[in-house]
Amino acid sequence: MIYIAMATGFILVLMGLYGALTNSNILRMIVSFTIANTGVNIVLVAVGYMHGRTAPILDKTVSVAEASAKVIDPVPQALVLTAIVIGLGVTTLMLAYAYRLYITKGTLDIAKFTELKW
Amino acid sequence: MIKRLSVSLILASLGLIFVALLLGYSPDEELNVTGRYYAEHTAEDIGAANIVTAIIVTYRGLDTLGEVTVLFLTASIVGLVLARQSKNTPTIQAEPAGELLNIGSRLLVPLILILGAYVFINGHLTPGGGFQGGAIIASATLLMLLTDPMRRFSHRLIAIIESIAGLFFVTIGLLGIFLAGGFLDNRFMPIGEFGSLFSAGAIPIIYSLIGLKVGAEFSSMLVSLSEAEDS
Amino acid sequence: MNTLLFAMSILLSLAMIGAAFVAIRVKRISMAILAAGLVSLLASVLFLFLAAPDVAMTEAAIGSGLTTFLFFFVLARIRGEKRD
Repeated sequence: MIYIAMATGFILVLMGLYGALTNSNILRMIVSFTIANTGVNIVLVAVGYMHGRTAPILDKTVSVAEASAKVIDPVPQALVLTAIVIGLGVTTLMLAYAYRLYITKGTLDIAKFTELKW
Repeated sequence: MIKRLSVSLILASLGLIFVALLLGYSPDEELNVTGRYYAEHTAEDIGAANIVTAIIVTYRGLDTLGEVTVLFLTASIVGLVLARQSKNTPTIQAEPAGELLNIGSRLLVPLILILGAYVFINGHLTPGGGFQGGAIIASATLLMLLTDPMRRFSHRLIAIIESIAGLFFVTIGLLGIFLAGGFLDNRFMPIGEFGSLFSAGAIPIIYSLIGLKVGAEFSSMLVSLSEAEDS
Repeated sequence: MNTLLFAMSILLSLAMIGAAFVAIRVKRISMAILAAGLVSLLASVLFLFLAAPDVAMTEAAIGSGLTTFLFFFVLARIRGEKRD
C-alpha cells in the first residue's frame, strides 16, 4: 500500500516535470506544475503511513490510553496541510503573471518572449 | 533535438534516483520519538482530540504564522499585479444569470457559510480546521460572483475582516506569552472537558480566526481575478 | 477487506496516471485543466486510504476546487481579451 502510493507520487512528479519542460504554452506549464505538486504531497503523506493503524484522531475507536499504539505519525500530515495551501498560493501568483504577460505581448507562447536573450 | 535529448536525460536520472529511494525504503514498525510524544501528550497537555490540529496550532504554531503571512503576501501581490489602470466602467456586458442560478444561489450561500463556520469551529474535535473552513467560505463568494458578475464587491470589507482577524491572531499569541507558557500557547483559557466543544483552551478561537482570515484572502484573490481588465 | 483496499488503490493509481497523461498531451486547454482537477480529486481519495482525513479534506477543497476555479477564471479573461 505504501509502495503503490509512493510509486504513484513519483510517477506524477516525473510526468509533471516532463509536461513543464516540453510544453510551450504557459498555461499548460502551470497545469503540469500543479500535477507535480500533487505528486510530491502524495509521497510525503505515504511516508507517514503504518500498516494496520488508523488516523490520528482520538475518539471512540482510539482511546487516550492506547493512542501511541494505534495511531499513525501525525507530523507528515501537518506538513502536507501547509504545503497544499502554499501550493495554491504559488499557482495563483503564476496565473496572475501569465495574465499580465498575455496583456503586454498578446501571446502565450513562451518561445516568443525573447527580451532576455542575448 | 538537443532539447529533447537533455530533457529525457534529466528525467531518466531523476527516475533512477526515485527508484533507488523506493527500493531502499522500509516502513517503520513503531512510532518514532516525535510522533510518540505528540500521540501520548496531546490529550493531557492541550486537550484537543484532533492531534493534527494540536500540532498545527500549538506545537508548531510558528509555522502556521508563517503560512498565514505567505497567504497574505500572495493576496496582496495578486491585487497589485491585476490592478485596474483606470476607474472607468467595465466594457464586458455579461448577460444576466438564469433563474436556476439566482434562486439556487440565494438558497445555497447561507448553507455553505454555515458549513464553513461549522468546519472551523469544530476543528479540534473532528477532521477539519481553519484552512478547510476558509476554502469553503471562499467557494460561497465564488457562487455569488458567478451569479452576478456585475456586482461590485467592496474590497474594504474583505480587507477589514482579514486585517482584524490577523491582528487578533497575533494578539492571542502574545497573550500566550504573558499568561501561559509561550507564544501561541493555548493554556491561558481553561482546558475543559475532553471532547466537548468548549475545550482545548484557546484553540477554537485561534482556528476560527485563521479560518476567517484564510476565507477573506481567498475571496479577495477571486474578486481581484474577476475584476481584472485592461484599461 | 485488505485485498479490496489493495485493488482499489491500484485502480486509483492507474486512473491518476491516465488522467495526468491526458492533462499533458490533449489539444484543448480546458480539457487539460479538467484532467488536472480529476488528478487532484483522485489524490484526495488516496489520502483517505492512507488514513489522513484532514489532508483529504484540504486537498479536495483547495487543490481540486479552488485551483480549477482559478484556472478557468484566468482562461476566460484571456479568451475575452482575444475576441476584441
